[in-house]
Amino acid sequence: MAPRSEVHPIAGANDVVKVRQVARSWALDLKLSLVDQTKLVTAASELARNTLDHGHGGTMRVEQVENGLRKGIKLTFEDKGPGIPDIAMALRDGYTTGGGLGLGLSGSKRLVNEFDIKSEVGRGTTIAITRWK
Amino acid sequence: MERIPILKLGDFLLVTIQVDMHDQLAITLQDDLTTQIAKHASRGVLIDISSLEIVDSFIGRMLANIAAMSKVLDAQTVLTGMQPAVAITLVELGMSLSGIKTALNVERGMEILSQFTDPGYEPQDADGSQE
Repeated sequence: MAPRSEVHPIAGANDVVKVRQVARSWALDLKLSLVDQTKLVTAASELARNTLDHGHGGTMRVEQVENGLRKGIKLTFEDKGPGIPDIAMALRDGYTTGGGLGLGLSGSKRLVNEFDIKSEVGRGTTIAITRWK
Repeated sequence: MERIPILKLGDFLLVTIQVDMHDQLAITLQDDLTTQIAKHASRGVLIDISSLEIVDSFIGRMLANIAAMSKVLDAQTVLTGMQPAVAITLVELGMSLSGIKTALNVERGMEILSQFTDPGYEPQDADGSQE
């Protein structure tokens, strides 16, 4: 039986690619539709890049979760970086501190069913996303 | 260093992205393409992404940048073969790639580029007009 949870490091650009592959493989195992797989993997890519660029690296935990009869994939991105002072602001479309498009957080939130963000300035940021089947 | 090959075909440059792109590879492609456009005075760039399983905001921005830079260098960019699931995800993410011409496959993409570089397509200049 497949393990119920795994943790992967996000320490370099190649880890962003690796995280995408891991998310894809778990989504395939759960037989998510192709569109749902693509949404989950894209959200994973955005958040992994955030973890790397803004959080100075961290980890992604992947797990299969259940809620009654429903099954889903939960991805948790954790870093010990500078944290986000104003989460509401950071979740707005187009808000960026990194010179990008400002779609990473707000966009990935739209791609999943559940999006939970916790951040403490100076301590780090944890973002958990779930895509239900 | 790992690179995505750029093929020259007459006035056009062809790129087929077949690997899961990490960010540096995307940036390298952007640099290589603009260099090649200038070197060969290319009129069009066709980028086929039919093998790409995701396009996130970084890759999307890179594609939009390539189209914008090509335009400044007097070349037209066509993006071909985007998978439907990728298109759905990209729009939901918030990127519509509105500045980029797209085609469903390479064949239709080449037609668009040919039309663009057809001399009849260009507006006639003053001294070329009838008396």
